[in-house]
Amino acid sequence: MTISEPKSLEEILGTLEGQEKVFLVGCTDCATVVQVGGEEQLKAMAQELSQRGKTITGTLVAEPGCHLLNLRRQFRERRQEIEAADAMLILSCGTGAQTAAIATEKPVHVGTNTLFLGCVERFGQFREFCSACGTCTLEQTGYICSVTRCSKGLQNGPCGGTTAEGKCEVNPETDCGWLLIYNKLKEQGGLDSLKAYRPPKEAMAHPGQRTLSREGGEA
Amino acid sequence: MSLRPVLQSDKFIVTSEVGPPKGTNMGHVLEEAKLLNPLVDGINVTDIQAAAMRIGSMATCHLIKDLSAEPVLQMVCRDRNRLALQSDLLSAWVLGVENVLCLTGDHPTLGDHKGAKAVYDLDSVQLLQVAKGLNEGHDMMGNDLDGKPDFCLGAVVTPGANPVEMQIMKLEKKVEAGAEFIQTQAVYDVGAFADFMQQVGHIRAPILAGIVLLKSAGMARYMNKNVAGVTVPDDLIKEMAQAGEADKAAKAEGKKADNQVKTSIDIAARLIRDLKPLCRGVHLMPLGWGHHVPAVLKAAGL
Repeated sequence: MTISEPKSLEEILGTLEGQEKVFLVGCTDCATVVQVGGEEQLKAMAQELSQRGKTITGTLVAEPGCHLLNLRRQFRERRQEIEAADAMLILSCGTGAQTAAIATEKPVHVGTNTLFLGCVERFGQFREFCSACGTCTLEQTGYICSVTRCSKGLQNGPCGGTTAEGKCEVNPETDCGWLLIYNKLKEQGGLDSLKAYRPPKEAMAHPGQRTLSREGGEA
Repeated sequence: MSLRPVLQSDKFIVTSEVGPPKGTNMGHVLEEAKLLNPLVDGINVTDIQAAAMRIGSMATCHLIKDLSAEPVLQMVCRDRNRLALQSDLLSAWVLGVENVLCLTGDHPTLGDHKGAKAVYDLDSVQLLQVAKGLNEGHDMMGNDLDGKPDFCLGAVVTPGANPVEMQIMKLEKKVEAGAEFIQTQAVYDVGAFADFMQQVGHIRAPILAGIVLLKSAGMARYMNKNVAGVTVPDDLIKEMAQAGEADKAAKAEGKKADNQVKTSIDIAARLIRDLKPLCRGVHLMPLGWGHHVPAVLKAAGL
């Protein structure tokens, strides 16, 4: 799931300067679960903007906002409301905002900051596990990612920054990823797998924008 | 000449550390190096220590080499990708640097440019492996070098980490990757260090125990709270606290307040004497008190 947080209203109003009529776009997927761009948040944003003199020409909770073909279809269905707007405000994620910018000729503004790929631990609580590095080696580290869970992304074991409480010295709220890996593998009798030299990751250097074409896959 | 001959000798090895300045005034650091040079086998030069921006280790090492001293270039993985790490190693070699200590490096968020992008393209084990490859005449992609270095490579370990087994597993990899000497994080508990040395009996690289001069009881308490893997025992804190009280009283009477300095030197010298039978040498980290290192070594009988 893509985890985002709302930008401040001041920042959003700054980007909407001079554009009085606004069409709001959220998303049924991540942004709804993360509560930045679901039905309720769009309603609240519409109210905030109205109170500050803006006219909301319409709202759309896209299904989902990162699906270009679907989004184009939904924009076509809402053409009149979109035509009436000076700009769109996107309350999903960075991908949603850029997908919208491709799907419309209206100026687009983004109302969120996209933070990480994460899991929903419980209502309103999200945690990062995967950095999308492109070379998954979870098999070697007890299904605890050394790229993401170690603050330095170290591959061959911990630095000297594991605190007495088992936290990372970079952030006392964060568990030392390598201590988690060590404990997990010890429990499983798999510590030997930590003894092997792990070479530098190659796919960290993505040559430009990443794309994927899967034969027979759905568009 | 690198550190290699002294590592291979029976001599008790002494290295010390200097920190480059924030700015271009090299006077102080070079004075410190001049003072240390006749007393030590190598002078480590930190690499943007504590992630606080300052002049580089390479330039400082080069100037120290001009003093006919033996610099140890510290190289961290925080700031450079694999291209820059290799290029800087080759650059250091042509500037006369023959010893390199490979470290992970403190995270930028602990320093004075908290928004800096943390690189860590390689980790310390990989950096050692890559540096060994340069010594063998090829880059990490296997391309031949036209002229090659012959670095004496070093690594670090935190003996006070818990669980220490995790540190030892990494230390084994570091030695396997090419580390010829090991310098440790600060040691204050001789008994605990003796236990550690027993667990690393199979490590063939000489281990130099880290000595950080205590400046005050407050500093000791700060380290216990904030520096991972470092524990200053209560009796040493008490000793420094008493010296601090004596200094306060002396100051009030307008007398010379040197009790903390004297106690600090005494503690460091005592540690060195006690550690001497346990390991191959010591590595001093005076943190600005480099001018007291001669007194420490003298008191330690070195």
